[in-house]
Amino acid sequence: MLRFIGRRLIAGVVLVFAITTLAFLLLYLGGGDIARRLVGQTATQEQVAAKAAELGLDRPIWEQYAAWLGNALTGDLGRSWFSGQLVIDGVTSRLMVTLSLVIGATLITALVAVFLGVLAALSGGWVDRGIQFLTVLGMAIPGFLIAVGLVFVFAIELGWFNATGFTPLKEGFAPWARSVALPITALAIGGSSSVAQQIRGSVVDALQKDYVRTLRSRGLATSSVVFKHVLRNSLSPALAVLNVQFIGMLGGAVIVEQVFQMPGLGQLSVGATTQGDIPMVMGLVVATAVIVIVVNLAIDIAQGLLNPKVRLG
Amino acid sequence: MSQETPLPIPVAAPAAKKSGFLRRVFRNPVAIAAIVFLTLIGLAAIVGPMLAPLDGNRADAYKILAPAGEGSLLGYDGAGRDIFSRLLSATQISISAALVALIVALVIGVTAGLLAGYYKGWLDTTFTWVTSMTMALPGIIVLLAARAVVGPSVYWSMVIFGLLMSPSFYRLVYASVSAVREELYVDAARVAGLSDTRIMSRHILGVVRAPIIIQASMIMAIAIAIQSGLEFLGIGDPQTPTWGSMLADGFDVMYRQPVNMLWPSLAIGLTTIALTLLANAMRDALERTAMAGRKKRKVAAGLPVGTDNPATLRHGDDAHTAERTGEVLLEVKDLRVGYDQPDGSVIEVVHGVDLTIKRGEVHGLIGESGSGKTQTSFAVLGLLPTGGRVLGGSLVFEGADLVSGTTRGHAAVRGKKVAYIPQEPMSNLDPMFTIGSQLVEPLRKTMGLSKQAARERALALLARVGIPEPERTFNAYPHQVSGGMAQRVLIAGAVSSDPDLLIADEPTTALDVTIQAEVLDLIRDLQSEFHMAVLLVTHNFGVVADLCDRVSVMKEGLIVETGPVRSIFKAPKHDYTRSLLDAMLDEDGPVRPPLVPGGVA
Repeated sequence: MLRFIGRRLIAGVVLVFAITTLAFLLLYLGGGDIARRLVGQTATQEQVAAKAAELGLDRPIWEQYAAWLGNALTGDLGRSWFSGQLVIDGVTSRLMVTLSLVIGATLITALVAVFLGVLAALSGGWVDRGIQFLTVLGMAIPGFLIAVGLVFVFAIELGWFNATGFTPLKEGFAPWARSVALPITALAIGGSSSVAQQIRGSVVDALQKDYVRTLRSRGLATSSVVFKHVLRNSLSPALAVLNVQFIGMLGGAVIVEQVFQMPGLGQLSVGATTQGDIPMVMGLVVATAVIVIVVNLAIDIAQGLLNPKVRLG
Repeated sequence: MSQETPLPIPVAAPAAKKSGFLRRVFRNPVAIAAIVFLTLIGLAAIVGPMLAPLDGNRADAYKILAPAGEGSLLGYDGAGRDIFSRLLSATQISISAALVALIVALVIGVTAGLLAGYYKGWLDTTFTWVTSMTMALPGIIVLLAARAVVGPSVYWSMVIFGLLMSPSFYRLVYASVSAVREELYVDAARVAGLSDTRIMSRHILGVVRAPIIIQASMIMAIAIAIQSGLEFLGIGDPQTPTWGSMLADGFDVMYRQPVNMLWPSLAIGLTTIALTLLANAMRDALERTAMAGRKKRKVAAGLPVGTDNPATLRHGDDAHTAERTGEVLLEVKDLRVGYDQPDGSVIEVVHGVDLTIKRGEVHGLIGESGSGKTQTSFAVLGLLPTGGRVLGGSLVFEGADLVSGTTRGHAAVRGKKVAYIPQEPMSNLDPMFTIGSQLVEPLRKTMGLSKQAARERALALLARVGIPEPERTFNAYPHQVSGGMAQRVLIAGAVSSDPDLLIADEPTTALDVTIQAEVLDLIRDLQSEFHMAVLLVTHNFGVVADLCDRVSVMKEGLIVETGPVRSIFKAPKHDYTRSLLDAMLDEDGPVRPPLVPGGVA
């Protein structure tokens, strides 16, 4: 088991390294004359050169990369070229907002998906067909469109609580929950649709397994076989698809946040990318890559713990 | 958005008929509605801008947020531009940009999949790495980062998104090619001198065409969703209207003119829904087509419901058999089993079986695969697979009919008085639970034992069935024991509740020859020790001769001959029985039957 975790950990670190290297090269080499863009078309050649020297852009790319990587390993991702804010501060403060949405949406997704998936697989008939149709719809409609619809209904038609904005958790659970309820709903509809389909499929598969028949032949009721053995065997594929959904919702949150005007990664990234604030964009890439890899690793380990063949083998 | 993962798509068997697939798609009303809608959107994208009444980019300061009417179908936006005209231009740009993503993904994914699947080697490793890298970041984050480099063009964003989506085509093609590559007809084509390119385009692309079309529909939906999201964020070029940027414009004036949000929302939502429903309908059609091919083979022996039941040839009891067996335990009369088909019809696989099992007898049920032996035994257990049911007849166990009641009839005896030993030992143990827990759980349920008592009984049973270290096996997971051990565990589980009838479905077929005889000996010993009746399903007359008192010969869902083993061996009446006995003479099984000279015609 330790070797298994070790292998996954190394693969994750290599992947983060590869992604950040690629992103660095593309961002610093792909955009043409960065200094010229920053100072504007009307600036003189001297002003451009001065800007390049100030930001270290006149050094060879590998030197810039080595410097960035060295600092990054100590937790220093540089400063914004525009606000002068530390990139690490800018990213982490926004990340908390985005993560609270995504984690909330993942938990809701897991609950709703297990309920709908098991219900569809066991009921069959029109309940099954109805759930299947709804989940296809839920997967098809983009999350931000659902978000726009929710804002419209709750803020304008019903004139309920402030549909937009964000209240930090430290100002109390209820205000926080109220401010994240709609965005989480918008994110979780697509996620739970997709995971519910997966769970339905694996429960249907598991029900056909020989051991289910054998356990029933020993006098166990179908329902107890389903809730103990079938669900346990369906968990592994469900976790895998939940992992993929987590990554998808992380991306979806960026847009959904903007709909609800929440100060998350979305706001940060839109500002940074339109200004060409490359250190901030790099910070964004590093942060998301690390989160994704950590979640992948956690799911891998959970899968290993769940599977006796890996755990003991 | 939250659905960046395309659907898993079944790879069709090469034999799947394309015509059947298309016919199934066009029979589905949802698919037709989706196709009609998408055709309209496509037309609007091609000719729409030419038909637009006004220039969608011209802003008229006097018409800001003016409502519909007076030459404007949908009114004016926050900058005084005609929404209908702008929507038509946006449709062209949004659809063509999404197509750019699709084409990039297709070209790269399919080419890479063909090459890596066909030539393997380092190509495969490289692409696998690239795949996991593109999977590691949410697409929208990559696109946002790329915006800093490539600028606000929606087309460039979609080129990058196409790159990100290419792994989904890559995996699809790679899996199919790897599978097809091993097929004999590809070898044959190669021997016949066809070039690699020719083989790939003719044989392999033919197989993956349908899955690629399905995936393309999904990717198109995802591209539109992502593109609209990106444009909604306002990082696009304000001079090029897209559905996403129009939605953003509408969202900004939500409080003053909420209806402006509606049109781009409908365009985005309905298009992604139509594409997804179409993909789904095509996937269903593909699955059904593949399944129809499989089903046809599987139920080849199936006959319409109510096929006539010719009389079974019966042998009278001899003194020896009568002495060994007691009163009637299970009486099966005119049992018919059928399977519901998707089209509403029922295919009958057991056509009226009569079977009498007496207390303490070992009754062989013999016949070739597909003759309905297993279906008959599942019907007795009340454990027919999904879609299967008893169509008629009666199953009377100890005087009570199990069929006429509901499933409760079976629940009262299953695992208590009737037990079951399966054929395949490994697949019949749940891999996620220890062997011990799978023995203890039923014992506690059916016999009401305490945890400790159930554990002790399970350990004693494991020792009884010849497992050398019961404690260790009790704590082991199924993958840690051998097939022979697993079969002993299953036998222990079956006899754990002291049943009156044990149904053993080819209990030795999946085992090594050396273990087969041991397992048969074990069943024989347990039979006399527990005074059980045994229904032994087998295709091997050697096993019948070795173990059984009576035997019933089954063929195509019917019992053709039944009687004491000696009598049937000595004077088989049915041609089929004779041919089975002849076949046995050719077998070199571990157990040779005690042949009576001249008994076999």
